Amino acid sequence: MAWNLDSDRPIFLQIVERIQTDIVSGRYHAGDKLPSVRELAAEAAVNPNTMQKAFTELERMGLVYSKRTSGRFITEDSHMIEQLKTSLATEKIQEFIRLMQQLGFENEEILALMQQTMKGEKL
Amino acid sequence: MSTLVECKNLTKKYGSRTAIDNIDLAIESGHIIGLLGPNGSGKTTLIKMMNGLLTPTSGSLYMKQNPIGPTSKKHISYLPDHTYLNMNQRVRDIVSYFADFYEDFEPKRAYDMLEKLSINPDDRLRTMSKGTKEKVQLILVMSRRADLYILDEPIAGVDPAARDFILNIILSNYDPEASILISTHLIADIENILDEVIFIQNGQIRLTASVDDIRGNQGKSVDTLFREVFRC
Repeated sequence: MAWNLDSDRPIFLQIVERIQTDIVSGRYHAGDKLPSVRELAAEAAVNPNTMQKAFTELERMGLVYSKRTSGRFITEDSHMIEQLKTSLATEKIQEFIRLMQQLGFENEEILALMQQTMKGEKL
Repeated sequence: MSTLVECKNLTKKYGSRTAIDNIDLAIESGHIIGLLGPNGSGKTTLIKMMNGLLTPTSGSLYMKQNPIGPTSKKHISYLPDHTYLNMNQRVRDIVSYFADFYEDFEPKRAYDMLEKLSINPDDRLRTMSKGTKEKVQLILVMSRRADLYILDEPIAGVDPAARDFILNIILSNYDPEASILISTHLIADIENILDEVIFIQNGQIRLTASVDDIRGNQGKSVDTLFREVFRC
């Protein structure tokens, strides 16, 4: 199945985000070998050059490293993966808070609502 | 990366009507390029000149530094907008015909793809649906080891599921050293597999850009940009 990609944002960025999510969610583990550019491009139904660009970006970030002959691997630096997880979570939370503020909620109200919702209470 | 096709001041007139108007264009190796334009913008005329089926009125056109001719046809694998195959033939016979005709044709690749798409090589073309016929023709074109594949409207007239198959055929056979030029107006369906686009209008190049640059700089899809540029 082709990956679900937004049509108005650069494709390589969305691939980077997707692989980041796969790393922090544990779909890929530290030290795992990534599929080849070709395989992943075919799976995602994107241009191999775009997939290559995403891999280059992930390498630049240090999340992925390549071994000359054997392919590309997820970093073994579990501290870095934890940091990524925290920073992705922070982004999501900031986005959520921004949306709630647009609805007119104050921070304390947001927090209270969150706790109620998580306990499964009716509002 | 090297330049595959180079056009300089290329012009094609049909009588008093100018179909291609003094264009300069270079196609580099290693890309999948969309040639996008409304009906009648000159896409097929440009493609036919690259394949030596039409003669330019003026200007120059080179394939790997050679003028268009028998040598350039060796390097270009072409899917025309209308079929030229004999509908009474079986797929198997057409495959051997292609193998005789093109030295870079690999029958094994053709049979592998036919099998993957559950197309029986013993079927005759005329018994097939429009979508299956288009798949067969694309398989033949993509089974060559060419430097440049020119696909004129490869997904027009097939349903969305068949389009995905066709895009998959294109992607899985794409050799990173080669380039593919795809002409279409069904942009949304193919923009994820393109790295570059050429917008053509009234025989002139309106824009050449990378897909990710368009999305990054303008925050919109190529399809949306196309609708804005060519708004009637």
